[in-house]
Amino acid sequence: MGAFLLKRLGRMLGVLFVISVIVFFIFNVMPNEPAAQIAGKSATPELIAQVEETWGFDDPLPVQYLTVMELTFTGELISYTRQLDVDEEIWKGLPATLSLCAGAAVIWLFFAVLFGYLSAFRAGRPTDRVLMLVSLVSISLPIFLVSALALNYLSYKLELFPSSGYVGLTEDPLDWAYHLVLPWTTMAVLFIGLYARVLRANLLEVMDEDHVRTARAKGLGERQVRVRHVLRNALLPIVTLFGLDFAALIGGAAIITEYIFSLGGIGQLTANSVADLDLPPVMALSMLAAFFVVVFNALVDIAYTWLDPRIKLERSR
Amino acid sequence: MEGSPRRTALRRLRGDRGAIAGLALFAAIVVFVLAAPLWANHVADTGPNATHTTEKVEVDGEPREVVSVEGTPVGPLWLGAGGKFFLGADGRLGRDEMVRLMYGGRTSLFIALTASLIATLSALALALLAGYFRGWVDAVISFLLDVIWGFPVLLLGIALGTALAVGGLDLGPISISAGSVWIPTLIGGFVFASYIARPLRGEVLALREQEFVKAAVAAGASPWRVMLRELLPNLWPTAIVLFTVNVANMMLLEAGLSFLGAGVQAPDASWGTMIAGGFELIFSSPLLMILPSTLIFLTVLSLNLIGDGLGAALNPRSRATIEAHTGRFEPKREAA
Repeated sequence: MGAFLLKRLGRMLGVLFVISVIVFFIFNVMPNEPAAQIAGKSATPELIAQVEETWGFDDPLPVQYLTVMELTFTGELISYTRQLDVDEEIWKGLPATLSLCAGAAVIWLFFAVLFGYLSAFRAGRPTDRVLMLVSLVSISLPIFLVSALALNYLSYKLELFPSSGYVGLTEDPLDWAYHLVLPWTTMAVLFIGLYARVLRANLLEVMDEDHVRTARAKGLGERQVRVRHVLRNALLPIVTLFGLDFAALIGGAAIITEYIFSLGGIGQLTANSVADLDLPPVMALSMLAAFFVVVFNALVDIAYTWLDPRIKLERSR
Repeated sequence: MEGSPRRTALRRLRGDRGAIAGLALFAAIVVFVLAAPLWANHVADTGPNATHTTEKVEVDGEPREVVSVEGTPVGPLWLGAGGKFFLGADGRLGRDEMVRLMYGGRTSLFIALTASLIATLSALALALLAGYFRGWVDAVISFLLDVIWGFPVLLLGIALGTALAVGGLDLGPISISAGSVWIPTLIGGFVFASYIARPLRGEVLALREQEFVKAAVAAGASPWRVMLRELLPNLWPTAIVLFTVNVANMMLLEAGLSFLGAGVQAPDASWGTMIAGGFELIFSSPLLMILPSTLIFLTVLSLNLIGDGLGAALNPRSRATIEAHTGRFEPKREAA
């Protein structure tokens, strides 16, 4: 286990390094006039000169890279367009983003497991067909359609839920949930289908395995066989998938959801920065979100190995 | 060629009601966007980017403002004005919503199809190289694929889109001006290549162990011959399914990028930019956001139905449709 842990962490550091190089390349090397773009749309020549100086655009690339990394990781990144301290904005937005993602994840996992379980054990029958059609619709739904319908009907016409704003959990837990119901649901709908389908496929495969037949043969109740032997084994691959998708939310669905429902989290910061073509925040956020995914991925892998020791043997081969 | 794999697959596909419905729906959408110039020239009598802010349109003999003084665009007129503003106007600029939907669909479909084609072809090349040579070639390729795959799709697209939105792309021989549809297209091709290459690489590695490949290598076939004549033909079934589902995912990515301003640039219409415009008027004219979103939904649904049908027809045990979404090789579980 120790050697595996070291190897996995080493790989993680390598990936983090490569990601930082990619982000550096995208923002500082690829554009035609990076300094002007980092300074923002309406920058004065003085500001551009100042950016060139601070970011060291005259230095050779490796030195530039180090300067940029220092700026990013010491929290000295500044949005020149809107005069914001990027670091501070990110910390401010974190609670809203985490609330959104965690709540949505609970909803989507619950329904995905329910749908996947019901359809796998009724494979080929009407329940299965209906649920799989629902899942296909869920996979195909653009977040915009769900949120447009939710905003227009549930929020505007029926006035059931607020259309925007975030209330802190510590301020008022009920109001917190009330404001998040629509964004949670919107985001969850996008994932229920895929997870239900993956789980159904896993369940159908596990069902055919020998240990399930053995469990039945030794006289275990059907319910126990289904939950303890089939569902448990079929859920394992979902753990890895979930770890990745959850971590990727910050750089994915949360951006659009927060923007549409004005939740004021990291996602909205990203969306607003993109709209203003304000590069420093986008750069910091890209790095943050990608790092989040990589670290999460490593943690999930380690947890997975601990849950299922067979994996370690396979990978060390 | 009785009972050839291709025939079996076609027969299975014909019996799949979901796949047939998907094909019909997709064909209808293609006809819809291809008819754009016909509708624009002969019915609506306007172009996708033509503004009609201060104009009036005659509805059943009575003049109506295309955009009211408060800035609210006219709603659907259906055939009230002889097909002009069939679905109303698109906002303050008073452009014809129907015409923009048709032209916007062309842009969105072009981007999705081209980007997925680029992603699939480069993925095939990478997977063949990594899976055939293995060793350090595979180590380098799969490490890079892992890194790019680990980046959240939308964010990588956004990062590239915002960095290129102002000055365009200027990388040696490739030079693309800012605002070109090729920017979101190339971004999509790059972002999704890992999602297709990773499952394909897994497949090549598995094929590499099979007798017919070993025999070809032992018989002295050159690497290119083995890759193109032995391995590639066996990859098509999976590659086609991955491509189809990827077109669907690319439609969603284009919408997300354009919605945020990092994709197709104004005044050009795509379903994503139209959603962005509609969102500003979500409470006064909800249709402007609902219509393009619904078209994206129908297109994505049709492609997913086709992908499912193809997956089941080409290889009943295949998990290619799931692989297309997760970007992971999902081998069949060995029966213990």
